[in-house]
Amino acid sequence: MTDTPKGATGNGTDSQWPLWEVFVQPAQAAPYEHCGSVHAADAEGAMQNARDVYARRGEAIGIWVVPSSAIVASKPEDAGSFFDPADDKIYRHPQFYKIPRGLKGF
Amino acid sequence: MSDAPQPRASMTPSEQKAEDPQRIAEFEARIARGESIEPKDWMPDRYRTQLIRMMSQHAHSEIVGMLPEGNWITRAPSLRRKMILLAKVQDEAGHGLYIYCGTETLGVDRSELVDQLLTGKAKYSSIFNYPTLSWADMGVIGWFVDGAAIVNQTVLAKASYGPYARAMIRICKEENFHKKQGYEIIATLANGTPEQKAMAQDAINRWWWPSLMMLGPSDKDSPNTAELIKWRVKRKTNDELRQRFVDITVPQAQAVGLTLPDPDLKYNEETQHWEHGAIDWDEFWQVVKGNGPCNRERIAARREAHENGRWVRDAAEAHAAKKAARNQPAAA
Ligand SMILES: [Fe+2]
Ligand SMILES: [Fe+2]
Repeated sequence: MTDTPKGATGNGTDSQWPLWEVFVQPAQAAPYEHCGSVHAADAEGAMQNARDVYARRGEAIGIWVVPSSAIVASKPEDAGSFFDPADDKIYRHPQFYKIPRGLKGF
Repeated sequence: MSDAPQPRASMTPSEQKAEDPQRIAEFEARIARGESIEPKDWMPDRYRTQLIRMMSQHAHSEIVGMLPEGNWITRAPSLRRKMILLAKVQDEAGHGLYIYCGTETLGVDRSELVDQLLTGKAKYSSIFNYPTLSWADMGVIGWFVDGAAIVNQTVLAKASYGPYARAMIRICKEENFHKKQGYEIIATLANGTPEQKAMAQDAINRWWWPSLMMLGPSDKDSPNTAELIKWRVKRKTNDELRQRFVDITVPQAQAVGLTLPDPDLKYNEETQHWEHGAIDWDEFWQVVKGNGPCNRERIAARREAHENGRWVRDAAEAHAAKKAARNQPAAA
């Protein structure tokens, strides 16, 4: 809506509207997953567009639409140091622990 | 989100300094390891621009591809066929939107891409510049055109750029219905009256060669291929894809007792492939340059649809503005 006017057709405000990220819940008890984005003038329109674009075949039982500008994402270039604290805590994994030999079905 | 849009790609080439060879080497090592490249990852400018070109052409093809079939929705021979065709054409609109959305993650705005299409600057698949003259064309388009698209898109689903690959996976799930409904139309006509069978054969005769061309120029005339394969944007050459399409399609034509219009078509026992005759590449390049039977008509139809949709866009915008104003607490 705030885009500068442009377009083949010489129309003033032919923006494609703000971008919304779409998350769908594929089934009961499943987590919501990002599946793409839509353009829409408002949340209601975003919800309808998301349904038409991403849920034509019963792929979803729930949809979230979120303004793309509201999303905060980690940066790939910082990924190393950012996720680093997880690397040296192998004791968070069950494989770290020894159990007596011969014990089955712990 | 990982797919959130990036600063505009159109700004980067001039603003960016020459690319660091070490970064390129690291990038190529990631590709070689089979890693997926995501929107915020560093990538060579050339990778970005090649993807924008390929993906936007692909998106435009889905959108323009609605026109030849849209032509027959009101004239479908039964309610069943009409509902199927409507659903299929709606899917193609969805495919266009998936891919535009993927292209935007590379930092280009959809309005720019739509603009390029409407001004005739953008390319789209040559196949959609042919006319749909009979109902049988709906069958052959689903069978050949969606069939060829499946061959191409199944491979693109393994492309190195994550958002493109994910859009392709989504699309591939829907394409099988497209191909099957088309083949069913042809099989029905082939088993019908002599006139119906002749109608199916005529459609095959008109669409066979353009469908082979649709998979792109032959490898020796496709200078981008090596680079695209190196970066795993493409994973098979045009000729390899074409061969696969021919091998799949010949037995399907035989199964319904119809022939393909190529006197040189023969099976090579040694290679176990069907070999097709020479393709008229002059025709292909003419269509690509804008001189196909329907190039002008297609763009005119897109522009008209865009114009006619303006009041809907205006109304949605006015509605959103009104609602936002109503929700705003009264100013003190
Ligand atoms: Fe499609
Ligand atoms: Fe399709």
